[in-house]
Order: sequence, then C-alpha cells, then structure tokens
Amino acid sequence: MAAPMLTGMPAPGVDLVIREAHVLDPNTGLDGVHDVVVRGGEIAEIAAPGTATVPDGAEAVSGERRHLLPGFFDPHVHLRTPGHEHKEHIETGTRSAAAGGYCAVVAMPNTDPVLDSAPLLSALRDAARRDARVPVGFMPAITRGLQGTELTEMAELRDEGAVGFTDDGKPVVSAGMLRRAMRYQKLCGGVLALHEEDPSLSGRGVMHEGEVSARLGLSGIPSLSEAVMVARDAMLAREEEARTHFQHLSAWQTVEALAAAKAAGAPVSGEASPHHLLLTDEAVLSLDTRMKMNPPLRTERDRQAIIAGLRDGTIECIATDHAPHAADEKDVPFEEAPMGTTGLETAFAAVYTGLVRPGILPLALVVERLTAGARLVGLPTPRIARGAPANLCLVDLETTWQVGESGYESRSDNCCFAGRRLHSRVLLTIAAGAVAYRERSFALSAA
Amino acid sequence: MMRHLLSIDDLDRDAIERILARAASFAEVSGREIKKLPTLRGRRVLNLFYENSTRTRSSFEIAAKTLSADVTNFSPSGSSVAKGESLKDTVQTLSAYDPAAIVVRHPHAGAAVMVSRWTPAAVINAGDGKHEHPTQALLDVYTLHRRLGALDGKRIWIVGDIEHSRVARSDILAFTRMGAHVTVCGPPTLIPPGIEALGATVRYTLDDLREADVVYALRMQKERMTDAYIPSLREYVARYQINGRRLGPRQVVMHPGPVNRGVEIAGEVVDSPQAVITAQVEAGVVVRMAVLYELLAGARSGAPEPSAPVLA
Ligand SMILES: [Zn+2]
Repeated sequence: MAAPMLTGMPAPGVDLVIREAHVLDPNTGLDGVHDVVVRGGEIAEIAAPGTATVPDGAEAVSGERRHLLPGFFDPHVHLRTPGHEHKEHIETGTRSAAAGGYCAVVAMPNTDPVLDSAPLLSALRDAARRDARVPVGFMPAITRGLQGTELTEMAELRDEGAVGFTDDGKPVVSAGMLRRAMRYQKLCGGVLALHEEDPSLSGRGVMHEGEVSARLGLSGIPSLSEAVMVARDAMLAREEEARTHFQHLSAWQTVEALAAAKAAGAPVSGEASPHHLLLTDEAVLSLDTRMKMNPPLRTERDRQAIIAGLRDGTIECIATDHAPHAADEKDVPFEEAPMGTTGLETAFAAVYTGLVRPGILPLALVVERLTAGARLVGLPTPRIARGAPANLCLVDLETTWQVGESGYESRSDNCCFAGRRLHSRVLLTIAAGAVAYRERSFALSAA
Repeated sequence: MMRHLLSIDDLDRDAIERILARAASFAEVSGREIKKLPTLRGRRVLNLFYENSTRTRSSFEIAAKTLSADVTNFSPSGSSVAKGESLKDTVQTLSAYDPAAIVVRHPHAGAAVMVSRWTPAAVINAGDGKHEHPTQALLDVYTLHRRLGALDGKRIWIVGDIEHSRVARSDILAFTRMGAHVTVCGPPTLIPPGIEALGATVRYTLDDLREADVVYALRMQKERMTDAYIPSLREYVARYQINGRRLGPRQVVMHPGPVNRGVEIAGEVVDSPQAVITAQVEAGVVVRMAVLYELLAGARSGAPEPSAPVLA
C-alpha cells in the first residue's frame, strides 16, 4: 500500500462554528449565507444562518460580511528545503501558505541535494510531519539531479508518497528522455509536471524578449521558448497517453498550443501564476529584481491570453510558483539576480483585486481555479460539504492592506506585489481540520 | 535639477541643451593656458570601474580634475570581488568616504540604478552592460551640434551590432529627443526585436545609406562570430563596412572608439575629414565636465549660475 501523498500538521481536530458567512464553493454549488459547523476536523453541518447546533466547547466565529471559501491548493511552491533554508524552510513556507488561505501545497524538487531518491523523500516527509502548518506533498525529480539523463526511481518514489514528478527549474530537454519518463509513468502513475523552455531559445535571457528588453539592453527570453516545448511535449503526451501538467504558462502562443493539444485529446493541463495574470514586462523598466522570474513577465497580449485561457478552462488552475530568495541575493544588478518571486500570501488578494473586483473574472471561477490544482495532481479537491475534511478559508473582501507593510510570514520578502494596495484579506485558514492561520487582529470567541 | 545621470531618459530636451551650452562654455576654457576651474574644489569624485575602459575613465578623470575635484579610481576587479564582496557592500564602503559623485561602469545592465539606491552620492552611469552609456550619447550630440547645428530633421544611421551596444541605445534616445530621425542597420541577428519602440527605423542593408546625414559605425567584436550571430567577419565586412564606395561626400562619420580599422569602418574613412572621431574624444571631456557641473555645482550652491566659468 502506497503512502498517503500529503503529510504534515497532526490535526488536533478543531471544533468551531462559523456563523452567517457567505459560503461560496463552486465545487459543490454552494453560494449563500450559512452557518458552518466544524467538529473533530470535519465539516459536520451546513445550516441556515443562525440555526447551527453548537458543539460543547466549540469556538465561534462571526462570518458576517465575510466569505467562507474552500481552502486553496497550490501544486507548485518552492519550500527550499533541503539546502536553501536561508531562503525558506518547511515551517515558514507553509505558514506563508496558510496566511494566503492555502490548505495544502506541493513542493518542488530543485533543492540541494535535489529531491530524487526515496530516502530523501522519506526524510522530507518526516520533517513536514513535524514542521508543516499545512499538509505538504512532494514532487521528486523526473531525472536524477535534474540532469536530464537518467530517470529517478519513480516507482519506489511513488510508493514513498510522491505526488508526481517534475524537473521544475529546468526543462527535460531531450524528447527521448521525456518519452521514457512518460512510458515509465504507466507503471507507477503520478502526474508529470513540466517546466517548459528551450534553452537554445532562452539563451542567457533574463527577461521577456521584446520592446522592454530592447530598451533596457537585457537579453531576452522569447515566448517561443515556452511554446515550442509545450507543443512538442503535448504531442508526446497524446501519443503516450501520459498525464502531463504544464507549469507556469506565460505566453499567448502557449495558450494556443495547449488548446490545440486538448482539442486533439492529449491528457494535458496547465497552470498560470498570479504574476503572469497581473503584471507585464513593463514592470521590469524599474529594473526591480523582484520582477525577475522564469518564465518572465510578458506583454499585455500574453497577459490577456493567459486570462482568457484561465476563463475558458484551457488553463485549469492558478499556482503561485512561490519562489523565495534571500534579500541580499536579490539586492544586486538585475542581470545578476536569481529568478523568482514569492506569492503565497498575496495570490488571492492580488487576483481578487486585479481581476475579480474590476469584473474581469467571477469570484466563483477564481476560487475554483485556486482549488483545482488538487484534482490535477490526483488528490481530492478541497470542498465545503458535510462529512468532508475541514479545508476552509475565511476572507474579508472589503479590507485593504499594503503588501509588505507588516512583513511576511515567508522567510523572504522578494514579492513582486510589494507596496501594492490590495483588497481582501485572509482572516482564518483551516487545513485538514486544524487552524493553520489566524490573522493577528482576528479573534475567536467562545460559542 | 537632476540628482543622477543613469539614462538619457532622465533628461528632457531642455536639460540636454543646458548641458550642451555648459559644455560649450567649458570648451573655451580648454583653449586657455591654465586649464583649471575651482568649481568642485574639495569635493570627491570616485571612478568605480568594474570593466576596463581607459578612455572613458580617463575622460571622466580629466573632466573632474579640470573642475578641481579630487579623483580616486577604484577598480574592484581582482581584489574585493574575488573575496566575494558584493556591489552593494563596495558602494556602501566607498560612500563612507563621502564622495560627491560616483562614476560607475559595470558589465551588467541596471548596475548604475542599483548603485544610486545605495549611496547618497550623485551617480553617473558610465556604461552598464548593454543598457546605456548616457555621457557618450551627450558627447555625440555635442559633436554633431558643433558640426551640423541643430539636429532637427537630420537623418542619422547607426550601423552594426545594435544588440550588444549601450552606445546605440543611448544614442537613439538622445538623437530622437533632439529631433533627428534615427535608422539602425545591421545583420538581423544583431538587431534586438522591439528596438523600434525606442523610435528607430530598422534596415538590414546599407542600400539607402546615402539618405543619411550622419553615419555612426559601431565596433564589431570578433566574439559575435564565434557566438554565431554572424556567419563570418568577411561577410559582415562585405555588407556593412562603412567605406569610400558607400559614403557620400558630405556625410559625417562617427564611431565610439576604439576603431577596428578595416572591419566596421575602412581606414581611409577614419582618416578623412568627414570623420569626427577625434572631435568626439575631445567633446568627451567638456561634456563630462558639464554633467558633473549640473549634478554637483548647480545643486549644491543654489547660487545664481555664473554666466561664464571663473578661472582659477
Ligand atoms: Zn519552473
């Protein structure tokens, strides 16, 4: 029997009542004011407002003028453990997730050493069991050391609880190698998540290739670098019937390629990050290294295509690609800075502020896309339903806050939304039945 | 009053004209026997050069010394860099010497902008990666102004490796700001996609070079061949060299130096009266004096500006 894929946070099984919250769960069709009772870590009751039966010793939470959503699921975060704990570690990374309303995350393997063996996976799962604030899944590497030349022991890793496999941070350059991984996947299952980029097109690029890179004299990464690889690998996935997920999509050509692959029946899915949904390469004009990420921020045309893809379901989910770095690593000239921005604490508020409030995307759709990552990696979707494990987040859509004004839960402060005024604040996150995060000013009271 | 000179974008047309006028007044001083002004006496200028450039560094050095500033050259290559000291640490350390200005040359785009965030000194970008080299552009404008008068409506062709040229970027911005039409021309592999957004027209052949009033040749580096940007230097020379066969009799020829004779530009052109390459070098000193004056003298005293420089 294979291990369960999410580990962390031994749940004390909280009892509480959330009264008169606007419950919105597109996965179950809930959209109205209810009382929700959590007992022993499960959703025990969803009742008409003011009618819930309160368990003994339970805490009460006022949900008035607040929204109760299913907890979010992020299939793509970097917890930087082992080896880069000065950037982030399991405790801070999952605390950051909980503060953003996430009830589970999946960690990437580009650590030091690379997560490419069962003993290391086992050790990390032990660490997560001790330190994680929300359950964590791990995706080990597809190839040993992310070198692209030898497969990891995928079957053993799956037995040890691997969610799937990815060489994130790098593409699998060799089509032959990726095809072998896809064929081996028939033995062990587990999604293949792909960072798509052709190194011969990306070159030494540090930002999107276009007018802004021409202006700044920075080497560019063309959109084609991503799109040609997605087209190639979607074709492989279709042929091998291999469950394949494309990470952090950024270019309009990629959205076209993904839609075409799906229409042809390829078992593929895609994700987009809040920064690609909300920012463009114009943000790089300031040479602010927080705007340096891979794939890079692209143009308004790309951004609109990513939004459209998310709206019509070509792109199924929002993933943050939370990529923490230490301050002194980012405090260097743009060309020297490492790529990546944090994102867990700002994802919902940024998307809500930039896309929901202006009426570009409905709130229900955004909530669905923030939870869909679970299904894409073969895990149960967080949902608000009687008998389901309590994975919830309570948000106040009206509060505004300035990103970074009171620091971050993450160890890192390289957030591309720093300084922005955002609407909506996560007040409470319940992950796997336990309180994982509570906003400082937000109090629970006896029922 | 500007605080730093990081990009030509920091300057509007008025600011550029003010610098040109100031440079012209300094040029008169250079003609006199005692080449020294007391303007920046007792103030420190640091040349922080992470890349070798004897020309640019000595031009800044002479400019600062002519204004009586104390100049220190600091070349971190080999010493502190090898010990792992970051640019930020270096700049903060040097700032403890209370420099009035730091002139920075760095192999990476954006370095000067970062330096300006870490120091109270005025920062002058003396070339950052492929990004910008604003004082070069100002001396180019100054040189052309002297030769042709106002640049409004003039046609300027910049020929060669646009992709890797910070001079080209600053020049496009400065020339267009002064009213000229700029065309960039070179092998398509060396013209960055999106460069039109800076206001330049793109051409891939020299067929219409005769329409230009000014032809600006850029240095072609041999590495571009080994990096496979171009098939061979021979083919480059055949298609893009500025030579007597291609030039009209009244076209002005420029080059940022140092020249590869016989590669991007023919020797006979370098030596012809059409070339203003030596004038560009001379202009470098007075224009950099003017920039230092704008950043340091004007800002500090707040006193009415002297109509002519006072001799020491
Ligand atoms: Zn990636």
